[in-house]
Amino acid sequence: MAVLNINGVSHVVDAPGDTKLLWVIREGLRLTGTKFGCGIGLCGACTVHLNGEAVRSCQLQLSDAEGATITTIEGLDPKGQHPVQKAWLELQIPQCGYCQSGQMMNAAAFLESNSSPSDAEILDAMQGNICRCSTYARIKQGVRRAAQMMQEA
Amino acid sequence: MTKHMKDLGGATRRDVLVGSAVAGTGLVVGYSVLPHVTGGAREALAAGNFEPSLFLTMEPSGIATVHITKTEMGQHVGTALAQAVAEELEIDWNDVRIDYPDSHEKWGLMITGGSWSVNWTFDRNSRIGAAARMALVEAGANMLGVPASECSAANSTVTHTGTGQSATYSEIISAGPIDRTFSEDEMKAIELKKFGEYKLVGTSVPALDIPAKINGTARYGIDVFVPNMAYGRIVTWPTRWGAMPKSVDDSAASGIDGYIGTEIIEDPTGVQRGYAIVLAESIWAAEKAADAVSVDWDLGPNASVSTADILAYAKKATADGEGFAWVIDGDTDAGMSGAATVVEAEYETSIGYHGMMEPMNCVAMEQDGVWHLFTACQWSTRCTAMTAEALGVEPANVVHHQQYAGTGFGRRLEPDAMIPAALAAKAAGRPVKLVFTREQDVMFDFHQSLTYQTVKGGINVAGDLDTMVHTVCSAWATKRQAPGFLAESVDKKGKIDPFSTNGSDHWYNIPNQYVRSIENVVGQSATPPGQLRAVAPTWTMWAVESFLDEAAHAVGRDPLEFRTSLLKAVGKNAGTPPNTVGGSERLRNALLVAAGRAGYGVKPLPANTAQGIASVTSQERGSPTWTACVAEVHVDPESGEPTVRKLSIAMDVGTAVNPDGVIAQIQGSAIYGTSRVLYENITMKDGSIEQSNLDTWTPMRINQAPEIDVNIIQNGHYPAGTGEPVVTVVGPAIANAIHAAVGARVRSWPITAEKVKAAMTEA
Repeated sequence: MAVLNINGVSHVVDAPGDTKLLWVIREGLRLTGTKFGCGIGLCGACTVHLNGEAVRSCQLQLSDAEGATITTIEGLDPKGQHPVQKAWLELQIPQCGYCQSGQMMNAAAFLESNSSPSDAEILDAMQGNICRCSTYARIKQGVRRAAQMMQEA
Repeated sequence: MTKHMKDLGGATRRDVLVGSAVAGTGLVVGYSVLPHVTGGAREALAAGNFEPSLFLTMEPSGIATVHITKTEMGQHVGTALAQAVAEELEIDWNDVRIDYPDSHEKWGLMITGGSWSVNWTFDRNSRIGAAARMALVEAGANMLGVPASECSAANSTVTHTGTGQSATYSEIISAGPIDRTFSEDEMKAIELKKFGEYKLVGTSVPALDIPAKINGTARYGIDVFVPNMAYGRIVTWPTRWGAMPKSVDDSAASGIDGYIGTEIIEDPTGVQRGYAIVLAESIWAAEKAADAVSVDWDLGPNASVSTADILAYAKKATADGEGFAWVIDGDTDAGMSGAATVVEAEYETSIGYHGMMEPMNCVAMEQDGVWHLFTACQWSTRCTAMTAEALGVEPANVVHHQQYAGTGFGRRLEPDAMIPAALAAKAAGRPVKLVFTREQDVMFDFHQSLTYQTVKGGINVAGDLDTMVHTVCSAWATKRQAPGFLAESVDKKGKIDPFSTNGSDHWYNIPNQYVRSIENVVGQSATPPGQLRAVAPTWTMWAVESFLDEAAHAVGRDPLEFRTSLLKAVGKNAGTPPNTVGGSERLRNALLVAAGRAGYGVKPLPANTAQGIASVTSQERGSPTWTACVAEVHVDPESGEPTVRKLSIAMDVGTAVNPDGVIAQIQGSAIYGTSRVLYENITMKDGSIEQSNLDTWTPMRINQAPEIDVNIIQNGHYPAGTGEPVVTVVGPAIANAIHAAVGARVRSWPITAEKVKAAMTEA
């Protein structure tokens, strides 16, 4: 038995300690906003926050996450109104939407560490997240717009 | 598989009923069940002779739900189709909802692809909206005690022109039963709004599917859970197609907590010969057990096939004159013998992987004799029929429950997750959730075929290309998916796959033209071909547009001027309403817009940097979207590395139903096409795909993406598909730019630095 703190709620998880954190989150606890993409940490679809940092949940085990504070897309903002989410809606960024939880979680963590990024910094920060609908032009704009909203707030 | 195709035309009934059985129960709009309904909608409803969920349902509150039988995979198709209905219905957009019904034969052919959705259904949806409005106006006038001819509808309200009296749709639906039948002729006669009269069509209303996609609540196939389900995991086959498990040793898996067992199951449909499927109580147990079990395989017929064998077969079949004619115009022999200049070239495209972010998956469950399949699917009609065949049940007893798709690109036309999930559920006696690993999704894709093409052109003394002989060799996806859709060749000598040849019948005026289409039978078995976004024009346009560039250079003419001189709307290229009205002139216009916006021939560019141009008419000759692109590319003279700096795209869409949605499709497809040409490669060795995940198959990332300038041309003609054409235009534009920059002509994919460097040395 392990206890995980996700989105401010404690969950008791009955799974082996070497279970991938991704599977615990989405198949076990059914927080399905976090997606499976590649399983080797190269697509970013499974990105969550672990103690505020963007991590690939397919590259962590359950035992790595015990005692940590985990945030998923469902808990990024209590009302789904995080500046990144607002920017993503305003600029109509998602197409199929499958990668976008990971994109937004990555962008949100990045903007916490860099509140007024240059375009080059945005591209560098977001290059680990693949979007096959290729919404890249709008993602770049979206990160800029979210940064602006965070500064205005 | 032919037997799955016989009813694809769907219902033949065409009376449209607008009605409610009892006052206050809402309004439904749909086809009657039986061909000749006696009585009206109300009677039909009472008798159950009505398909109440077809097209449109309105609640007494006035909320209208448009039922979308297309797959939502990022194109926001539901929003665009609902806009068409709402425009004519004169309903407040805030009162509009959409849903995605389960599969049923009442919907006719359920397929999403080919950029057909808006193009095929805009007129129908507009008429459905108009019929509902007319019924509401008549009922509203009746309620107000005024003639319907003096009333009009707007904003969910019917108003009497003379007195200003009005009734809302909600009040009308709540007040009394509505009962109106429109015959097929009446439906046809409805006068629809024209371009310039639209209020909602042509506006960028926010996509209805986006809010759920920013907070984690959108449910994709992979997000489905049902009670008591087990997890299934396929043990990876040793070859792409043809392997069959002979026996399993699962002693190493028996100690894994939650491991249930491994089933060997034959597949009578031939999608695969068979499966070894691990069953477990959790996905992690299934994953570990699949790695632990040891399977003894019969490797099947393709265990020695490599990419080189597929290409070698293509070259031999082409040289041997195999295949059948797709285009015969004029006299190519005479044209060629009279040519002052002859240009010849060979073009190749590599095997392609769809690369959907959401791997293939399915939850299968049997309940009271009915099988339920939960996943995103682009071709419910075919996939449920094939799953029924695998299970040995009637197709009517297999229901597909549509989910959001983590993209599709044609990959979800296939039943290869549904079938093993259903067979595993049958074997297990309980529901099964089956998810492909990324490795399985890469290696067991229904890949885009490797292609080999030859083009020979004859240019007359005036410098005009008047003769073109083109061969197209590929595996034929249609032959595997739906052989009934193969087409009789022009010379009546055999069948060919139009969906593997489309695009070679282009819109340039070439008086002597011959196209031959050839099946690659080695590729057909070893790499079972699928349809991939933009389909055949991906390769045919690559050859045609690269070749036109080569031909222009051969006679010292500018590639833009060379193309526009061949684009006069005359003869077979004159065009006819609705889809091709304007003909070749529309392609010429798109070229000029793209060139103008890019500063073609005018913009100062740094060294080793140049622009290349291309234009396409994807998808099919009969439903073209006139599209042009200027690519600005820098080539590193040392390494040969090409960097795409900017893509300037012009697309004549006729009417853009949702302009921001069109822009999004163009932006996305430009990157998708660029990634395919520069970064994506799939190869085969020993019958198996060599790439397996994002470490070896490496699509474009955000930091590699070029700037994209989008220019939509609207002229009021019928809406054209916008999700695919740009995929086909960027490749040749980039290759032509590379040639313009450093003189290197690369004729095969992917266009790598090594190939550019080698071609620079030749040049």
